[in-house]
Amino acid sequence: MQNYSIASLIRHGLNKHTGWSRAWRSPPIKDSYDVIVIGAGGHGLATAYHLAKEHGITNVAVLERGWLGGGNIARNTVTIRSNYMRDASIPFYVKSVEMYENLTRALNFNLMHSKRTMVDVVQTYPKMRELRRRQLTMDIYGSTYEQISEPELRRRIPALTGGGPNSRLPIIGGMVHTDAGVNRHDAVAWGYARAIDSMGVEIHQQTAVQSLMRNSNGAIEGVETNRGTIRAKKVAVAVSGHTTTLTETAGLTLPLRTMNLTAFVSEPIKPLVDVVVNCPDSGFYFSQSDKGELVIGGAPDPGQSFRRDIKQHVFEDTVTAMLSLFPSFKKLKLMRQWGGHLDIAHDASPIMDETDVSGLFITAGWWGGYKAIPAGGLTLAHLIATGQRHPLMAQFSLDRFRHLDYIMESGTTTAR
Amino acid sequence: MLNIPCPFCGQRNESEFAYGGPVKPDRPQPDKVSNDQWVDYLTQVPNPLGPVEERWWHVKGCGTWLTIWRDTRTHDIVEEPGDAG
Ligand SMILES: Cc1cc2nc3c(=O)[nH]c(=O)nc-3n(C[C@H](O)[C@H](O)[C@H](O)COP(=O)(O)OP(=O)(O)OC[C@H]3O[C@@H](n4cnc5c(N)ncnc54)[C@H](O)[C@@H]3O)c2cc1C
Ligand SMILES: [Zn+2]
Repeated sequence: MQNYSIASLIRHGLNKHTGWSRAWRSPPIKDSYDVIVIGAGGHGLATAYHLAKEHGITNVAVLERGWLGGGNIARNTVTIRSNYMRDASIPFYVKSVEMYENLTRALNFNLMHSKRTMVDVVQTYPKMRELRRRQLTMDIYGSTYEQISEPELRRRIPALTGGGPNSRLPIIGGMVHTDAGVNRHDAVAWGYARAIDSMGVEIHQQTAVQSLMRNSNGAIEGVETNRGTIRAKKVAVAVSGHTTTLTETAGLTLPLRTMNLTAFVSEPIKPLVDVVVNCPDSGFYFSQSDKGELVIGGAPDPGQSFRRDIKQHVFEDTVTAMLSLFPSFKKLKLMRQWGGHLDIAHDASPIMDETDVSGLFITAGWWGGYKAIPAGGLTLAHLIATGQRHPLMAQFSLDRFRHLDYIMESGTTTAR
Repeated sequence: MLNIPCPFCGQRNESEFAYGGPVKPDRPQPDKVSNDQWVDYLTQVPNPLGPVEERWWHVKGCGTWLTIWRDTRTHDIVEEPGDAG
Protein backbone atom coordinates (compact mmCIF):
# COMPACT_ATOMS: atom_id res chain seq x y z
CA MET A 1 0.00 0.00 0.00
CA GLN A 2 1.36 3.39 -0.98
CA ASN A 3 1.65 5.44 2.21
CA TYR A 4 -0.15 8.79 2.27
CA SER A 5 1.71 11.55 4.13
CA ILE A 6 2.79 15.13 3.76
CA ALA A 7 6.17 13.88 2.50
CA SER A 8 4.60 11.66 -0.17
CA LEU A 9 2.34 14.53 -1.22
CA ILE A 10 5.35 16.79 -1.75
CA ARG A 11 7.36 14.05 -3.50
CA HIS A 12 4.54 13.20 -5.92
CA GLY A 13 3.78 16.89 -6.38
CA LEU A 14 7.31 17.41 -7.69
CA ASN A 15 6.59 14.65 -10.27
CA LYS A 16 3.35 16.34 -11.33
CA HIS A 17 1.33 13.70 -9.44
CA THR A 18 2.03 10.99 -12.02
CA GLY A 19 3.41 8.50 -9.50
CA TRP A 20 0.28 7.64 -7.52
CA SER A 21 -0.87 4.04 -7.75
CA ARG A 22 -4.49 2.90 -7.73
CA ALA A 23 -5.97 2.67 -4.25
CA TRP A 24 -7.45 -0.80 -4.89
CA ARG A 25 -7.26 -3.45 -7.62
CA SER A 26 -10.00 -4.92 -9.82
CA PRO A 27 -8.81 -8.55 -9.91
CA PRO A 28 -10.50 -11.32 -11.92
CA ILE A 29 -13.26 -13.03 -9.97
CA LYS A 30 -12.68 -16.58 -8.61
CA ASP A 31 -15.08 -19.51 -8.26
CA SER A 32 -14.83 -19.71 -4.51
CA TYR A 33 -13.65 -17.89 -1.39
CA ASP A 34 -13.49 -18.60 2.34
CA VAL A 35 -15.93 -15.78 3.02
CA ILE A 36 -18.21 -13.75 0.77
CA VAL A 37 -19.38 -10.37 2.04
CA ILE A 38 -22.36 -8.99 0.12
CA GLY A 39 -22.40 -5.19 -0.04
CA ALA A 40 -19.47 -2.76 -0.19
CA GLY A 41 -21.03 -0.23 2.16
CA GLY A 42 -19.56 0.70 5.51
CA HIS A 43 -20.56 -2.47 7.31
CA GLY A 44 -19.43 -4.86 4.57
CA LEU A 45 -16.06 -3.16 4.15
CA ALA A 46 -15.43 -2.88 7.90
CA THR A 47 -16.30 -6.55 8.38
CA ALA A 48 -13.80 -7.55 5.68
CA TYR A 49 -11.22 -5.25 7.29
CA HIS A 50 -11.45 -6.93 10.70
CA LEU A 51 -11.61 -10.43 9.19
CA ALA A 52 -8.27 -9.72 7.52
CA LYS A 53 -6.65 -7.64 10.22
CA GLU A 54 -7.55 -9.47 13.43
CA HIS A 55 -8.27 -12.95 12.16
CA GLY A 56 -5.95 -13.31 9.16
CA ILE A 57 -8.84 -14.32 6.90
CA THR A 58 -7.99 -12.74 3.56
CA ASN A 59 -9.45 -15.14 0.99
CA VAL A 60 -12.51 -12.91 1.03
CA ALA A 61 -14.60 -11.32 -1.72
CA VAL A 62 -16.72 -8.24 -1.15
CA LEU A 63 -19.45 -8.23 -3.80
CA GLU A 64 -21.12 -4.94 -4.66
CA ARG A 65 -23.89 -4.55 -7.20
CA GLY A 66 -23.18 -0.85 -7.83
CA TRP A 67 -19.99 0.94 -6.97
CA LEU A 68 -18.29 0.73 -3.60
CA GLY A 69 -19.44 3.35 -1.14
CA GLY A 70 -22.44 4.26 -3.31
CA GLY A 71 -25.20 3.07 -0.99
CA ASN A 72 -26.41 4.60 2.24
CA ILE A 73 -22.85 5.34 3.32
CA ALA A 74 -22.83 7.95 0.54
CA ARG A 75 -26.28 9.26 1.51
CA ASN A 76 -26.14 9.74 5.24
CA THR A 77 -25.65 12.88 7.32
CA VAL A 78 -22.55 11.54 9.14
CA THR A 79 -23.65 12.19 12.71
CA ILE A 80 -21.52 10.03 15.00
CA ARG A 81 -22.79 9.81 18.59
CA SER A 82 -23.39 7.42 21.49
CA ASN A 83 -26.39 8.90 23.30
CA TYR A 84 -28.54 5.78 23.23
CA MET A 85 -30.96 4.43 25.80
CA ARG A 86 -30.30 0.75 26.54
CA ASP A 87 -27.52 -1.06 28.38
CA ALA A 88 -26.98 -3.23 25.31
CA SER A 89 -26.56 -0.24 23.01
CA ILE A 90 -24.51 2.40 24.83
CA PRO A 91 -21.20 0.48 25.24
CA PHE A 92 -21.40 -0.64 21.61
CA TYR A 93 -21.74 2.94 20.33
CA VAL A 94 -19.16 4.28 22.81
CA LYS A 95 -16.68 1.78 21.33
CA SER A 96 -17.63 2.72 17.78
CA VAL A 97 -17.19 6.45 18.39
CA GLU A 98 -13.79 5.75 19.99
CA MET A 99 -12.72 3.60 17.03
CA TYR A 100 -13.72 6.35 14.58
CA GLU A 101 -11.52 8.83 16.44
CA ASN A 102 -8.47 6.64 15.75
CA LEU A 103 -9.44 5.42 12.29
CA THR A 104 -7.64 8.09 10.26
CA ARG A 105 -4.36 6.77 11.64
CA ALA A 106 -5.32 3.10 11.44
CA LEU A 107 -6.32 3.37 7.77
CA ASN A 108 -3.71 5.99 6.79
CA PHE A 109 -6.56 7.89 5.16
CA ASN A 110 -7.73 11.34 6.26
CA LEU A 111 -11.33 10.96 7.42
CA MET A 112 -11.48 14.66 8.39
CA HIS A 113 -12.94 13.59 11.70
CA SER A 114 -14.37 16.53 13.61
CA LYS A 115 -15.44 15.87 17.19
CA ARG A 116 -17.67 18.87 17.42
CA THR A 117 -20.42 18.03 19.97
CA MET A 118 -24.14 17.56 19.43
CA VAL A 119 -26.65 19.82 21.11
CA ASP A 120 -30.30 18.82 21.57
CA VAL A 121 -32.88 21.58 21.59
CA VAL A 122 -35.62 20.42 23.98
CA GLN A 123 -39.16 21.80 23.70
CA THR A 124 -41.29 19.40 25.73
CA TYR A 125 -41.09 18.02 29.27
CA PRO A 126 -41.56 14.36 28.24
CA LYS A 127 -38.51 14.69 25.97
CA MET A 128 -36.56 16.43 28.72
CA ARG A 129 -37.38 13.63 31.17
CA GLU A 130 -36.39 11.01 28.62
CA LEU A 131 -33.06 12.69 27.88
CA ARG A 132 -32.30 13.08 31.59
CA ARG A 133 -32.97 9.37 31.97
CA ARG A 134 -30.61 8.62 29.08
CA GLN A 135 -28.01 10.84 30.75
CA LEU A 136 -28.11 8.74 33.92
CA THR A 137 -27.72 5.46 32.01
CA MET A 138 -25.05 6.82 29.68
CA ASP A 139 -23.08 7.94 32.71
CA ILE A 140 -22.52 4.27 33.64
CA TYR A 141 -20.70 3.68 30.34
CA GLY A 142 -18.70 6.91 30.22
CA SER A 143 -20.71 8.58 27.47
CA THR A 144 -21.23 12.31 27.96
CA TYR A 145 -24.58 14.03 28.30
CA GLU A 146 -25.09 17.27 30.16
CA GLN A 147 -27.99 19.61 30.62
CA ILE A 148 -27.71 23.30 29.75
CA SER A 149 -30.12 26.19 30.28
CA GLU A 150 -32.06 27.94 27.54
CA PRO A 151 -29.86 31.11 27.62
CA GLU A 152 -26.73 28.96 27.42
CA LEU A 153 -28.28 27.06 24.49
CA ARG A 154 -28.95 30.30 22.63
CA ARG A 155 -25.44 31.51 23.39
CA ARG A 156 -23.96 28.37 21.84
CA ILE A 157 -26.22 28.46 18.77
CA PRO A 158 -26.78 32.14 17.93
CA ALA A 159 -28.89 31.31 14.86
CA LEU A 160 -31.48 29.73 17.16
CA THR A 161 -33.84 32.71 17.42
CA GLY A 162 -37.23 30.92 17.32
CA GLY A 163 -38.93 28.89 20.06
CA GLY A 164 -39.46 31.94 22.31
CA PRO A 165 -41.99 32.18 25.18
CA ASN A 166 -44.92 32.95 22.84
CA SER A 167 -44.30 30.15 20.35
CA ARG A 168 -46.30 26.92 20.26
CA LEU A 169 -43.44 24.88 21.77
CA PRO A 170 -41.16 27.24 23.72
CA ILE A 171 -37.62 25.96 24.24
CA ILE A 172 -37.09 24.54 27.73
CA GLY A 173 -33.37 23.84 27.63
CA GLY A 174 -30.71 21.77 25.97
CA MET A 175 -28.59 18.66 26.29
CA VAL A 176 -24.94 18.55 25.24
CA HIS A 177 -23.23 15.39 23.98
CA THR A 178 -19.55 16.25 23.64
CA ASP A 179 -18.54 12.83 22.26
CA ALA A 180 -20.46 13.47 19.03
CA GLY A 181 -18.85 14.42 15.76
CA VAL A 182 -18.92 14.22 12.00
CA ASN A 183 -16.47 13.03 9.36
CA ARG A 184 -16.22 12.37 5.64
CA HIS A 185 -18.26 9.39 4.48
CA ASP A 186 -16.48 8.80 1.16
CA ALA A 187 -13.16 8.67 2.96
CA VAL A 188 -14.48 5.99 5.32
CA ALA A 189 -15.51 3.77 2.39
CA TRP A 190 -12.34 4.44 0.40
CA GLY A 191 -10.05 4.14 3.42
CA TYR A 192 -11.43 0.71 4.34
CA ALA A 193 -11.40 -0.40 0.68
CA ARG A 194 -7.75 0.55 0.23
CA ALA A 195 -6.77 -1.16 3.49
CA ILE A 196 -8.54 -4.45 2.75
CA ASP A 197 -7.25 -4.53 -0.80
CA SER A 198 -3.69 -4.25 0.48
CA MET A 199 -4.29 -7.23 2.78
CA GLY A 200 -5.47 -9.37 -0.15
CA VAL A 201 -9.25 -9.03 0.08
CA GLU A 202 -10.93 -8.66 -3.33
CA ILE A 203 -13.59 -6.05 -4.02
CA HIS A 204 -15.83 -6.83 -6.99
CA GLN A 205 -18.02 -3.95 -8.09
CA GLN A 206 -20.90 -4.32 -10.58
CA THR A 207 -21.48 -7.77 -9.09
CA ALA A 208 -25.08 -8.16 -7.94
CA VAL A 209 -26.07 -11.13 -5.84
CA GLN A 210 -29.36 -12.46 -7.17
CA SER A 211 -29.93 -15.31 -4.76
CA LEU A 212 -28.36 -17.27 -1.93
CA MET A 213 -27.54 -20.96 -2.48
CA ARG A 214 -28.03 -23.70 0.11
CA ASN A 215 -26.65 -27.23 -0.01
CA SER A 216 -28.59 -30.42 0.67
CA ASN A 217 -28.06 -30.02 4.43
CA GLY A 218 -29.57 -26.57 4.28
CA ALA A 219 -26.28 -24.78 4.98
CA ILE A 220 -25.10 -21.88 2.86
CA GLU A 221 -23.08 -22.88 -0.18
CA GLY A 222 -22.56 -19.67 -2.10
CA VAL A 223 -24.33 -17.04 -4.16
CA GLU A 224 -25.73 -16.62 -7.66
CA THR A 225 -24.63 -13.35 -9.26
CA ASN A 226 -24.91 -11.62 -12.61
CA ARG A 227 -21.32 -12.88 -13.15
CA GLY A 228 -22.10 -16.51 -12.31
CA THR A 229 -21.98 -18.76 -9.27
CA ILE A 230 -19.51 -18.01 -6.49
CA ARG A 231 -19.06 -20.46 -3.64
CA ALA A 232 -18.22 -19.97 0.03
CA LYS A 233 -19.09 -21.75 3.26
CA LYS A 234 -19.60 -18.43 4.99
CA VAL A 235 -21.64 -15.58 3.53
CA ALA A 236 -22.31 -12.26 5.26
CA VAL A 237 -25.23 -10.14 4.07
CA ALA A 238 -24.44 -6.42 4.58
CA VAL A 239 -26.85 -4.87 2.09
CA SER A 240 -28.69 -2.30 4.24
CA GLY A 241 -32.30 -2.01 3.09
CA HIS A 242 -32.27 -5.09 0.88
CA THR A 243 -31.69 -7.69 3.59
CA THR A 244 -35.11 -9.32 3.33
CA THR A 245 -35.03 -9.25 -0.49
CA LEU A 246 -31.93 -11.46 -0.32
CA THR A 247 -32.71 -13.64 2.70
CA GLU A 248 -36.10 -14.54 1.21
CA THR A 249 -34.18 -16.37 -1.53
CA ALA A 250 -32.86 -18.67 1.21
CA GLY A 251 -36.35 -19.18 2.65
CA LEU A 252 -35.85 -16.92 5.67
CA THR A 253 -38.22 -14.28 6.97
CA LEU A 254 -36.94 -11.59 9.35
CA PRO A 255 -38.41 -8.93 11.65
CA LEU A 256 -37.26 -6.11 9.35
CA ARG A 257 -39.02 -3.53 7.24
CA THR A 258 -37.49 -1.11 4.76
CA MET A 259 -38.11 2.61 5.03
CA ASN A 260 -37.00 5.80 3.37
CA LEU A 261 -34.87 8.38 5.19
CA THR A 262 -33.94 11.65 3.53
CA ALA A 263 -31.72 14.70 3.67
CA PHE A 264 -31.14 17.96 1.84
CA VAL A 265 -28.44 20.63 1.77
CA SER A 266 -28.37 24.40 1.48
CA GLU A 267 -26.06 26.58 -0.51
CA PRO A 268 -22.68 27.08 1.20
CA ILE A 269 -22.58 29.92 3.70
CA LYS A 270 -19.95 31.30 6.10
CA PRO A 271 -19.38 29.37 9.34
CA LEU A 272 -22.57 29.71 11.37
CA VAL A 273 -23.03 26.61 13.53
CA ASP A 274 -20.09 24.70 15.01
CA VAL A 275 -22.06 21.81 16.55
CA VAL A 276 -24.54 19.22 15.31
CA VAL A 277 -27.96 20.66 16.19
CA ASN A 278 -30.70 18.13 16.96
CA CYS A 279 -34.31 19.21 17.53
CA PRO A 280 -36.14 16.03 18.51
CA ASP A 281 -39.44 17.71 19.44
CA SER A 282 -39.65 19.51 16.11
CA GLY A 283 -38.29 16.58 14.09
CA PHE A 284 -35.15 17.75 12.32
CA TYR A 285 -31.39 18.05 12.79
CA PHE A 286 -28.52 19.66 10.91
CA SER A 287 -24.82 20.41 10.87
CA GLN A 288 -22.62 22.58 8.69
CA SER A 289 -20.21 20.85 6.35
CA ASP A 290 -16.63 21.98 5.77
CA LYS A 291 -17.80 23.43 2.46
CA GLY A 292 -20.28 25.58 4.39
CA GLU A 293 -23.50 23.85 3.37
CA LEU A 294 -26.12 23.13 6.00
CA VAL A 295 -26.79 19.38 5.89
CA ILE A 296 -30.37 18.87 7.07
CA GLY A 297 -32.27 15.71 7.94
CA GLY A 298 -35.81 15.11 9.11
CA ALA A 299 -38.14 12.36 10.22
CA PRO A 300 -38.72 9.37 7.92
CA ASP A 301 -41.81 8.71 5.85
CA PRO A 302 -43.81 6.13 7.84
CA GLY A 303 -44.61 3.67 5.03
CA GLN A 304 -42.32 1.03 3.59
CA SER A 305 -40.22 2.33 0.73
CA PHE A 306 -37.32 1.42 -1.51
CA ARG A 307 -37.13 4.87 -3.06
CA ARG A 308 -34.03 7.03 -3.04
CA ASP A 309 -35.53 10.50 -3.12
CA ILE A 310 -37.52 12.68 -0.75
CA LYS A 311 -41.30 12.85 -0.57
CA GLN A 312 -42.60 16.38 -1.05
CA HIS A 313 -44.59 16.48 2.18
CA VAL A 314 -41.68 15.08 4.25
CA PHE A 315 -39.54 17.82 2.78
CA GLU A 316 -42.15 20.53 3.50
CA ASP A 317 -42.72 19.33 7.07
CA THR A 318 -38.99 19.35 7.78
CA VAL A 319 -38.51 22.84 6.33
CA THR A 320 -41.52 24.18 8.26
CA ALA A 321 -40.17 22.75 11.53
CA MET A 322 -36.73 24.17 10.85
CA LEU A 323 -38.01 27.67 10.07
CA SER A 324 -40.00 27.78 13.31
CA LEU A 325 -36.73 27.54 15.28
CA PHE A 326 -34.34 29.10 12.74
CA PRO A 327 -36.42 31.79 10.96
CA SER A 328 -33.33 33.34 9.32
CA PHE A 329 -32.82 30.15 7.27
CA LYS A 330 -35.77 31.31 5.16
CA LYS A 331 -33.27 33.14 2.96
CA LEU A 332 -31.23 30.01 2.22
CA LYS A 333 -31.37 28.37 -1.17
CA LEU A 334 -31.63 24.60 -1.00
CA MET A 335 -29.37 22.85 -3.49
CA ARG A 336 -29.89 19.09 -3.40
CA GLN A 337 -32.19 16.50 -1.85
CA TRP A 338 -31.93 12.73 -1.70
CA GLY A 339 -33.00 9.66 0.23
CA GLY A 340 -31.86 6.19 1.08
CA HIS A 341 -33.71 3.06 2.02
CA LEU A 342 -32.79 1.37 5.27
CA ASP A 343 -34.18 -1.61 7.08
CA ILE A 344 -35.34 -1.19 10.64
CA ALA A 345 -35.98 -4.04 13.04
CA HIS A 346 -39.10 -4.50 15.11
CA ASP A 347 -37.40 -2.91 18.16
CA ALA A 348 -35.32 -0.38 16.16
CA SER A 349 -32.03 -2.02 17.21
CA PRO A 350 -29.56 -3.74 14.87
CA ILE A 351 -29.38 -7.46 14.20
CA MET A 352 -25.94 -9.07 13.83
CA ASP A 353 -26.11 -12.81 13.89
CA GLU A 354 -25.73 -16.14 12.18
CA THR A 355 -29.17 -17.04 10.85
CA ASP A 356 -31.02 -20.36 10.97
CA VAL A 357 -29.21 -21.11 7.70
CA SER A 358 -25.83 -22.38 8.88
CA GLY A 359 -22.99 -20.17 7.57
CA LEU A 360 -25.30 -17.30 6.62
CA PHE A 361 -24.65 -14.14 8.65
CA ILE A 362 -26.58 -10.89 8.58
CA THR A 363 -25.80 -7.39 9.72
CA ALA A 364 -29.04 -5.46 9.36
CA GLY A 365 -31.47 -3.07 10.93
CA TRP A 366 -28.90 -0.29 10.69
CA TRP A 367 -31.24 2.63 10.94
CA GLY A 368 -28.61 5.07 12.24
CA GLY A 369 -25.81 2.77 11.30
CA TYR A 370 -23.07 5.06 9.98
CA LYS A 371 -21.82 5.70 13.50
CA ALA A 372 -21.81 1.93 14.05
CA ILE A 373 -19.56 0.96 11.14
CA PRO A 374 -16.25 0.42 13.05
CA ALA A 375 -17.77 -1.56 15.95
CA GLY A 376 -20.17 -3.35 13.60
CA GLY A 377 -17.26 -4.60 11.49
CA LEU A 378 -15.20 -5.53 14.55
CA THR A 379 -17.93 -7.60 16.16
CA LEU A 380 -19.37 -9.28 13.05
CA ALA A 381 -15.87 -10.34 11.93
CA HIS A 382 -15.34 -11.82 15.39
CA LEU A 383 -18.52 -13.89 15.06
CA ILE A 384 -17.72 -15.05 11.53
CA ALA A 385 -14.13 -15.97 12.38
CA THR A 386 -14.58 -17.56 15.82
CA GLY A 387 -18.22 -18.65 15.93
CA GLN A 388 -18.50 -16.77 19.23
CA ARG A 389 -20.50 -13.61 19.78
CA HIS A 390 -18.28 -10.63 20.62
CA PRO A 391 -19.36 -9.33 24.07
CA LEU A 392 -20.25 -5.91 22.62
CA MET A 393 -22.73 -7.43 20.16
CA ALA A 394 -24.02 -10.10 22.51
CA GLN A 395 -27.58 -8.91 22.70
CA PHE A 396 -28.04 -7.82 19.08
CA SER A 397 -29.04 -11.37 18.19
CA LEU A 398 -31.97 -12.77 16.25
CA ASP A 399 -32.73 -14.83 19.32
CA ARG A 400 -33.98 -11.83 21.24
CA PHE A 401 -37.17 -11.78 19.16
CA ARG A 402 -37.84 -15.40 20.07
CA HIS A 403 -38.15 -14.30 23.70
CA LEU A 404 -39.73 -10.94 22.95
CA ASP A 405 -36.67 -9.58 24.75
CA TYR A 406 -36.51 -6.36 22.76
CA ILE A 407 -33.81 -3.68 22.88
CA MET A 408 -36.22 -0.81 22.34
CA GLU A 409 -34.39 2.09 20.75
CA SER A 410 -37.27 3.76 18.96
CA GLY A 411 -37.07 7.36 20.06
CA THR A 412 -33.30 7.50 20.17
CA THR A 413 -33.01 7.56 16.38
CA THR A 414 -34.78 9.73 13.83
CA ALA A 415 -37.44 6.99 13.69
CA ARG A 416 -39.76 8.31 16.32
CA MET B 1 -47.51 13.07 -1.98
CA LEU B 2 -49.89 10.17 -2.47
CA ASN B 3 -53.34 10.62 -3.94
CA ILE B 4 -55.32 8.00 -2.05
CA PRO B 5 -58.65 6.71 -3.37
CA CYS B 6 -61.29 6.77 -0.60
CA PRO B 7 -64.36 4.69 -1.42
CA PHE B 8 -66.59 7.50 -0.09
CA CYS B 9 -64.70 10.71 -0.87
CA GLY B 10 -62.81 9.85 -4.06
CA GLN B 11 -59.14 10.74 -4.62
CA ARG B 12 -57.87 12.66 -1.62
CA ASN B 13 -54.50 14.07 -0.62
CA GLU B 14 -52.31 11.89 1.63
CA SER B 15 -52.18 14.66 4.24
CA GLU B 16 -55.83 13.85 5.14
CA PHE B 17 -54.91 10.28 6.07
CA ALA B 18 -53.10 8.51 8.87
CA TYR B 19 -50.92 5.54 7.94
CA GLY B 20 -52.09 2.26 9.45
CA GLY B 21 -49.21 -0.03 8.51
CA PRO B 22 -48.96 -3.02 6.22
CA VAL B 23 -51.70 -5.63 6.23
CA LYS B 24 -50.58 -8.64 8.25
CA PRO B 25 -51.84 -12.18 7.96
CA ASP B 26 -54.85 -12.96 10.17
CA ARG B 27 -54.02 -13.13 13.85
CA PRO B 28 -53.57 -16.81 14.68
CA GLN B 29 -55.32 -18.48 17.59
CA PRO B 30 -52.63 -18.28 20.29
CA ASP B 31 -53.39 -21.82 21.48
CA LYS B 32 -53.19 -23.28 17.98
CA VAL B 33 -49.68 -22.20 16.88
CA SER B 34 -46.10 -22.95 17.92
CA ASN B 35 -43.98 -20.37 19.76
CA ASP B 36 -42.06 -19.63 16.57
CA GLN B 37 -45.21 -19.01 14.55
CA TRP B 38 -46.64 -16.81 17.29
CA VAL B 39 -43.43 -14.74 17.52
CA ASP B 40 -43.28 -14.40 13.74
CA TYR B 41 -46.81 -13.07 13.78
CA LEU B 42 -45.93 -10.55 16.49
CA THR B 43 -42.67 -9.27 15.02
CA GLN B 44 -42.78 -9.66 11.23
CA VAL B 45 -44.54 -7.82 8.43
CA PRO B 46 -44.38 -8.40 4.69
CA ASN B 47 -41.49 -6.31 3.26
CA PRO B 48 -41.83 -6.70 -0.52
CA LEU B 49 -39.71 -4.96 -3.14
CA GLY B 50 -42.87 -4.19 -5.11
CA PRO B 51 -46.56 -3.88 -4.25
CA VAL B 52 -47.40 -3.96 -0.52
CA GLU B 53 -50.93 -4.04 0.88
CA GLU B 54 -51.45 -1.36 3.50
CA ARG B 55 -54.12 0.30 5.63
CA TRP B 56 -54.92 3.99 5.74
CA TRP B 57 -57.37 5.89 7.94
CA HIS B 58 -59.21 8.84 6.40
CA VAL B 59 -59.02 10.59 9.73
CA LYS B 60 -59.38 14.17 8.43
CA GLY B 61 -62.14 13.10 6.03
CA CYS B 62 -64.97 10.63 6.40
CA GLY B 63 -63.21 8.51 9.02
CA THR B 64 -63.20 5.21 7.15
CA TRP B 65 -60.36 2.68 7.14
CA LEU B 66 -59.33 1.48 3.70
CA THR B 67 -56.77 -0.78 2.07
CA ILE B 68 -54.58 -0.05 -0.95
CA TRP B 69 -51.76 -1.76 -2.81
CA ARG B 70 -48.75 0.54 -3.14
CA ASP B 71 -45.52 -0.23 -5.00
CA THR B 72 -42.63 0.31 -2.55
CA ARG B 73 -40.23 1.05 -5.44
CA THR B 74 -42.25 3.90 -6.97
CA HIS B 75 -45.01 4.75 -4.43
CA ASP B 76 -47.55 4.28 -7.24
CA ILE B 77 -50.91 3.02 -6.03
CA VAL B 78 -51.73 -0.07 -8.08
CA GLU B 79 -54.84 -2.21 -8.58
CA GLU B 80 -53.53 -5.58 -7.48
CA PRO B 81 -50.40 -7.21 -6.07
CA GLY B 82 -49.24 -8.34 -9.51
CA ASP B 83 -49.18 -4.81 -10.95
CA ALA B 84 -45.82 -3.15 -11.14
CA GLY B 85 -45.94 0.56 -10.51
C1 LIG C 1 -30.61 10.39 4.63
C2 LIG C 1 -29.88 9.50 5.58
C3 LIG C 1 -29.27 10.06 6.71
C4 LIG C 1 -28.58 9.23 7.61
N1 LIG C 1 -27.93 9.83 8.65
C5 LIG C 1 -27.19 9.07 9.51
C6 LIG C 1 -26.44 9.70 10.54
O1 LIG C 1 -26.43 10.94 10.66
N2 LIG C 1 -25.73 8.91 11.40
C7 LIG C 1 -25.73 7.54 11.28
O2 LIG C 1 -25.08 6.88 12.08
N3 LIG C 1 -26.40 6.91 10.27
C8 LIG C 1 -27.13 7.64 9.38
N4 LIG C 1 -27.82 7.03 8.36
C9 LIG C 1 -27.82 5.57 8.29
C10 LIG C 1 -26.59 4.99 7.60
O3 LIG C 1 -26.37 5.60 6.36
C11 LIG C 1 -26.78 3.48 7.40
O4 LIG C 1 -27.25 2.87 8.58
C12 LIG C 1 -25.49 2.77 7.00
O5 LIG C 1 -24.82 3.45 5.97
C13 LIG C 1 -25.85 1.36 6.55
O6 LIG C 1 -24.75 0.54 6.44
P1 LIG C 1 -23.81 0.43 5.13
O7 LIG C 1 -22.91 1.60 5.09
O8 LIG C 1 -23.19 -0.90 5.18
O9 LIG C 1 -24.91 0.51 3.96
P2 LIG C 1 -24.76 0.79 2.40
O10 LIG C 1 -23.76 1.85 2.12
O11 LIG C 1 -26.15 0.99 1.89
O12 LIG C 1 -24.16 -0.57 1.86
C14 LIG C 1 -24.92 -1.66 1.37
C15 LIG C 1 -24.39 -2.01 0.00
O13 LIG C 1 -24.97 -3.23 -0.44
C16 LIG C 1 -25.15 -3.15 -1.84
N5 LIG C 1 -26.12 -4.17 -2.24
C17 LIG C 1 -27.46 -4.19 -2.01
N6 LIG C 1 -28.01 -5.28 -2.54
C18 LIG C 1 -27.01 -5.99 -3.12
C19 LIG C 1 -26.95 -7.23 -3.84
N7 LIG C 1 -28.04 -7.96 -4.07
N8 LIG C 1 -25.73 -7.67 -4.30
C20 LIG C 1 -24.61 -6.93 -4.08
N9 LIG C 1 -24.61 -5.76 -3.41
C21 LIG C 1 -25.79 -5.30 -2.93
C22 LIG C 1 -25.62 -1.72 -2.06
O14 LIG C 1 -25.42 -1.32 -3.40
C23 LIG C 1 -24.76 -0.94 -1.06
O15 LIG C 1 -23.58 -0.43 -1.64
C24 LIG C 1 -28.52 7.82 7.42
C25 LIG C 1 -29.12 7.27 6.29
C26 LIG C 1 -29.80 8.09 5.37
C27 LIG C 1 -30.41 7.46 4.15
ZN1 LIG D 1 -63.15 9.38 2.98
